[in-house]
Amino acid sequence: MKIRAIIDWIKNANAYATEVYNAPYRSAIARAKRDEDDLFMMLVFSELMGVPNPASYYTLELQPLLLERFHQWHLRMGMEHSPLDGFRCC
Amino acid sequence: MNAILLMLLGLGAMFLGYVIYSKFIAEKIFKLDPNFRTPAHEFEDGVDFVPTNKYVLWGHHFTSVAGAAPIIGPAIAVIWGWVPAFLWVVFGTIFFAGVHDAGAIWASNRNKARSIGALTGDVVGKRSQSLFMIVIFLVLLMVNAVFATAISGLLINFPSSVVPVWGAIFVALIIGQVIFRKWMNLGTVSILGVVALYALIYAGPSFPITLPETVFGVSDNAQWILVLFAYAAIASLLPVWMLLQPRDYINGLQLFIGLFLVYGAVLISGPELVAPAFNTNVPEGTPSLVPLLFVTIACGAISGFHGLVASGTTSKQLDKETDLRFVGYFGAIGEGSLSLATIIAVTAGFATLADWQAVYHSFGQGGVTAFVQGGANILQNGLGLDVDLAQTLLTVMAVLFAGTTMDTGLRLQRYIFQEWGNIYNIKWMEKAAPATLLAVGTCLLLAFGAGGADGSGGLLIWPLFGTTNQLLAGLTLLVITTMLVKLGRPMYVTLIPLLFLLVMTIYALLIQLMGFYHKSDWFLFSLDLVVLIAAIWIALESAGVLTRLVRENKATKAS
Repeated sequence: MKIRAIIDWIKNANAYATEVYNAPYRSAIARAKRDEDDLFMMLVFSELMGVPNPASYYTLELQPLLLERFHQWHLRMGMEHSPLDGFRCC
Repeated sequence: MNAILLMLLGLGAMFLGYVIYSKFIAEKIFKLDPNFRTPAHEFEDGVDFVPTNKYVLWGHHFTSVAGAAPIIGPAIAVIWGWVPAFLWVVFGTIFFAGVHDAGAIWASNRNKARSIGALTGDVVGKRSQSLFMIVIFLVLLMVNAVFATAISGLLINFPSSVVPVWGAIFVALIIGQVIFRKWMNLGTVSILGVVALYALIYAGPSFPITLPETVFGVSDNAQWILVLFAYAAIASLLPVWMLLQPRDYINGLQLFIGLFLVYGAVLISGPELVAPAFNTNVPEGTPSLVPLLFVTIACGAISGFHGLVASGTTSKQLDKETDLRFVGYFGAIGEGSLSLATIIAVTAGFATLADWQAVYHSFGQGGVTAFVQGGANILQNGLGLDVDLAQTLLTVMAVLFAGTTMDTGLRLQRYIFQEWGNIYNIKWMEKAAPATLLAVGTCLLLAFGAGGADGSGGLLIWPLFGTTNQLLAGLTLLVITTMLVKLGRPMYVTLIPLLFLLVMTIYALLIQLMGFYHKSDWFLFSLDLVVLIAAIWIALESAGVLTRLVRENKATKAS
């Protein structure tokens, strides 16, 4: 019983330490990741913008999966509706 | 007087300040509301706006604001005796820094977590905002030059620290990879990291490294400065998880261990203060206490840099508005306690008065080297550590702090250059590498321009750095005061510190201006002049805005 309490305490301390480690740089890292994700999304939707994409056979499947992220992206870029013709997400 | 008494007095007073004064500020002036929906909740996005546990946030805030500056300032300022430095640190922390830091978080929190710079534009006026950018740029410029000089001095005075200082960077790089790739959990890594760092410190005295006196006619001091800037430039361009994040974490642990060791050693050995309470016999060329004391100790008493951290990142992570009393005010107290430890180390850490006078033989001496020497003596007497080892330990602590501030400063300066590139449509300046080179170039210009080719004169600009930092604090206080007046609340808690700071900084700038003029140091003279113009400008803006608001308030009351 005592051992379990100690293990719990260690787990708790570890969770706090992880939070302390991550909190200061959370935003910088999340932003870098978001930029990379945006690049990937651009590749997936590239044909819609008239850029030929040799992998479109594969990326077509991904389009519906990225719809939610696309919606967030155009809101983040200050556009109320989708900027692409014939492509509505909202 | 015994150092234990001084320590208890100082810590006790600051603690009372937290219990009583900050409660008054939080409840009567800022009227913090636990039900206010903070920006962290309102705009929660997992990127910038994330509600964070208040103890975690305090740790983040405190380790971001605590650097080498609260060590260097007091370690220079004890030249006037320990009483003035002690009083300014303790009362400055209670009535100035705590209110300023908590106020900056509050102001930002009530304005969608905007930064103080942006708030200046909204609350005070556009002109003040441009002024703000200039002052920030000057502060960053000076902080990098000063810290590079301070670190190079340390590395030369304590060659035993060279191995652990650079070794710590490798430890940080390894920790970064281990955490990023999720090879181990953080608890284990922290313990291993600290053990590795202390093993390096232990090994340091056996492998002292000194640079050759001159290489291509460049002195050893200047060589270190160049190496440091090269390092800072590379570090500021790396992804943050690789080096900055693990190193900040290790630094944070070091900070708490260091404070604990120094205060513990003082308690055990109970050294007597050898320095005079008021130094009536100051070395020739020492400027007068008023106003120079109030700009020599900036961080540790009040520092504008805190406002940038408070409004830039801390306010975006505030879970409840009432947390800001702990995060802001107690963060300032943490910094004050670091300065207090420094004061004790540099006044009680020497065996005799003559030893102390030998270190403080002219103004601008002492500094962080005195902190390391004095602190090491205290650690030796209290904990029985070997003096070389203790010196290495404290040097590593100071260098890592200063180093962190340097590459953060350089990163911020690069952002400013990139922003200018964007505003003025200079394409090459928008790229990271050329902007970093520009930032390094301007800092080097200052480091060498101020003190000649051997780069030893960087610390000459310390008081000027303090002055600029105080101006920044003044601008933040102006924003808080303006907000308080608009809300119809008493403004004295921030107005009095604001007036005090403005009077002291302008007075100090004038005195230094005279000094540079007599020495025909035109480089620093022009720098001083720029800061002076900014200071007077801020004073005029403050007067203008506040009188207009007070008049408007009266008019609405009358009608």
